Amino acid sequence: MNSLLEMTAVQLGGKIKSREVGVVEAAKAALAQIQAVEPAVCAYVTVDEAGALRQAEAVQKKIDAGELTGPLAGVPAAVKDNMCTEGLLTTCSSKILYNFVPTYTAEAVLNLQKAGAVILGKTNMDEFAMGSTTETSAFGVTRNPWNLEHVPGGSSGGSCAAVSANECFYALGSDTGGSIRQPSSFCGVTGIKPTYGTVSRYGLIAYGSSLDQIGPIAKDVSDCAAVLETIASYDRKDSTSIPRKDCDFTSALVDDVKGMRIGIPRDYLGEGLDGEVKAAILQAAKVLEEKGAVVEKFDLSLVEYAIPAYYVIASAEASSNLSRFDGVKYGFRAKEYEGLHNMYKRSRSEGFGPEVKRRIMLGSFVLSSGYYDAYYLKALRTKALIKKAFDKAFEKYDVILGPASPSTAPGLGESLGDPLKMYLGDIYTISVNLAGLPGMTVPCGTDSKGLPIGLQLIGDCFQEKNIIRAGYAFEQSRKYESPKIARDAQAAAGYGGAQGGPADGIRNRIAETAGKEA
Amino acid sequence: MTKQYETVIGLEVHVELATKTKIFCGCSTEFGGAPNTHTCPVCTGMPGSLPVLNKQVVEYALAVGLATNCGINQYCKFDRKNYFYPDNPQNYQISQLYLPICHDGWVEIETAAGPKRIGIHEIHMEEDAGKLIHDEWDDCSLVDYNRSGVPLIEIVSEPDMRSADEVIAYLEKLRLIIQYLGASDCKLQEGSMRADVNLSVREVGAAQLGTRTEMKNLNSFKAIARAIEGERKRQIELLEEGRRVIQETRRWDDNKESSHAMRSKEDAQDYRYFPDPDLTPVVISDEWLQAVRDRQPELRTEKLARYQQEYQLPLYDAEILTGSKHLADIFEATVALCGRPKEVSNWLMVEAMRLLKEKEQDPEDLTFSPENLAALIGMVEKNMINRTVAKTVFEEIFAHDVDPQAYVAEKGLGMVSDEGELRRTIETVIADNPQSVEDFRNGKEKAMGFLVGQTMRAMKGKADPAKVNQIVRELLTK
Repeated sequence: MNSLLEMTAVQLGGKIKSREVGVVEAAKAALAQIQAVEPAVCAYVTVDEAGALRQAEAVQKKIDAGELTGPLAGVPAAVKDNMCTEGLLTTCSSKILYNFVPTYTAEAVLNLQKAGAVILGKTNMDEFAMGSTTETSAFGVTRNPWNLEHVPGGSSGGSCAAVSANECFYALGSDTGGSIRQPSSFCGVTGIKPTYGTVSRYGLIAYGSSLDQIGPIAKDVSDCAAVLETIASYDRKDSTSIPRKDCDFTSALVDDVKGMRIGIPRDYLGEGLDGEVKAAILQAAKVLEEKGAVVEKFDLSLVEYAIPAYYVIASAEASSNLSRFDGVKYGFRAKEYEGLHNMYKRSRSEGFGPEVKRRIMLGSFVLSSGYYDAYYLKALRTKALIKKAFDKAFEKYDVILGPASPSTAPGLGESLGDPLKMYLGDIYTISVNLAGLPGMTVPCGTDSKGLPIGLQLIGDCFQEKNIIRAGYAFEQSRKYESPKIARDAQAAAGYGGAQGGPADGIRNRIAETAGKEA
Repeated sequence: MTKQYETVIGLEVHVELATKTKIFCGCSTEFGGAPNTHTCPVCTGMPGSLPVLNKQVVEYALAVGLATNCGINQYCKFDRKNYFYPDNPQNYQISQLYLPICHDGWVEIETAAGPKRIGIHEIHMEEDAGKLIHDEWDDCSLVDYNRSGVPLIEIVSEPDMRSADEVIAYLEKLRLIIQYLGASDCKLQEGSMRADVNLSVREVGAAQLGTRTEMKNLNSFKAIARAIEGERKRQIELLEEGRRVIQETRRWDDNKESSHAMRSKEDAQDYRYFPDPDLTPVVISDEWLQAVRDRQPELRTEKLARYQQEYQLPLYDAEILTGSKHLADIFEATVALCGRPKEVSNWLMVEAMRLLKEKEQDPEDLTFSPENLAALIGMVEKNMINRTVAKTVFEEIFAHDVDPQAYVAEKGLGMVSDEGELRRTIETVIADNPQSVEDFRNGKEKAMGFLVGQTMRAMKGKADPAKVNQIVRELLTK
């Protein structure tokens, strides 16, 4: 077994710093694992083998020269495929961007690169981050490393699966309605959705602009805190970015919750919640209580309004955000068309998948004249009320605790047939986005099928440190586990080099998927 | 025609603001430039790019709003106007619908019946689109995004105008105000000021407004006047024939002097406006607003009064000079260099205006530097050249901004005051024109003028006229 891959990002960073592990060695180990696991897991859209090795060499030189001293220098990472990376394919897992190579890099990714990250590639996702299973990707379905017959969750399913299967040491995801927390929960990893405005959205291809936030996904809370500390920055290029002086998140990695007030919304434990998930959540609460936290149940109102409000707002914004994908400037253009209007129509009809089309239509409808007040404005008012309900709760509690999802990962193909049911699965995560709050998922056990269960911790705006402290204290009570596939692959793995791959050393699933379609 | 009709007109005026950079990114707003060279991910709508508001745009919009007596929405927002067109890279335009920055203002215009207030409904900020170039040879269209994201304000008037004259007066007024504020150069031909005309007719005395049409593609004051006249006639004819005016957008063709329908209200698009989530609301503090107010430059009315007082210019001069901010700037800069305001005014009002008229240009097109005009005035004052020569030199300054001293030296136009040379020339002239000498001696003063003129001619206009007069008289009365 290759114990290197079992390390957390911070552990590996420490070994690289002390010269026990080389940066190229670490990158090769991750690439070997990708070669071994990808055929089964399908976590990446694009793997930049040659680029990763180039970066690794450059980073090693900087570390040797004393220019890079941070805890993540040299650690291989993955980036969700909705963040722009200069010169590297960025598709949002959509056919409409099948050939899009950005001319610039997203601010959050730049921050990682400045800290010495080695970017391995771009991870699969639900098309344009719309979905909860990573099945709506145009470039293949990502599998849950804990059970390949189950989904990894979504939309950051590729990032979570890649972390879980040891195909990278940490990854960036984005969370509009739970897209970091829910797949983290399904894949047994830790993920943080920070307070809206903490991480720059510049270069993140927008889904619901007022809700989107980039966040870290990793093996444990310490890694997430370190990555979040690295990517958080005030960015003048993002008008919604907020200058913060309290981004030293690793300072909250303290095993002490004495006196911490934790509230569990009764609404989060009611109908629809799987019994095994409920038991695991309550058990986790007990652990924190035993460590000195004051835990009680309370009524958080308006929970049932979060989902309709979310789907109105996110779809409205998406319908406008996605209008730039029109076949004119970049991306997919239909082969045959007559005139401009028909070119738009055919390119978009052929380029977008069904879930994206559904949300564009929903969003266009709620913004159309005569319906704007009844839907969009009402949803905005609901959003404000939900924020108020949380404000009230945070007068009493430091942290709100609950499940991340009503169940563990569903089987492949179970969700898409019934979108409404899929939407309802977002019930515990969505209100956090509507209120702009920070939220985190920490693994807290497995169900009888062996699928991971995630504990969600929600903090007040700018109070990431509270949830990081609670999460850190909780995870001291249990050991991180990686799925069998990750461990098995490591036994056999050895980086074979980019043999048989394309000349530029970049592998992607585009051609593969296109072949299947034809 | 038995019925009497009244024309009701409201204007939507787009003004390109004179910021150095675009409204939501750092790209240059400079006119021209090779296609797509003033672009970046933001103004080409690349995925993941985000807009950041240029503060100067807000300040210009505030300045125009304050100068047009508007109320200010100190909390205003940007909205997205969604429509598909390739000149609009995001397929939405960032504009203001729900909370525009300025509202409910007015400007006063002069009409035959005296002063009249034209109401301003609102002023909002928005971004310009790119430019489509249709290549008929290759049967394709190309897009240039250099103009995409150039800041605009749209000034929406109330339907308060009743004739083309009032419309022109209103536009002139807006143009002057905005030019004085330095917020735009307001050139209709270059598109930095564009007006859409909303026009309807109704019977005199009717309480309700008629159905209006909107006319686009009006790029000169003359075209606007012609379009208004044409549309007024068209609508009256329809009504006289018992037909209805259809609410539609029409495109004016100034060559054909007629308009044609572009789209009717029935196929009007639903723009699905909603607040842009990428931009935070613009909050204008009392302090900021006051700072803009304090920085407001002298506007035309104030300048007009000051020119009469400070420079002792007649109203007529002051009106012409202040009729263009650029002309007034040249005037003031020249006076600062050489004094003599009336003399400066004369050069500008008489010579400069004459040359502009000959070349069918506007005062905005003046390119010479005040230094050269001041130098010219100084040379006349010091008798280095006479007025005739000075006018020739001014033409060179006007056309090529030449340095008058260098030019006069190079061309040998300096005034000849040398007594010996003048005397020799005059003696020849007198000898050649005995009849005139005779006439003068018989009491015809005019004959002397002829002899002076002949002398000037012989000296190619460079002679000092005072000296010539003196010597001619001396020789004649000897």
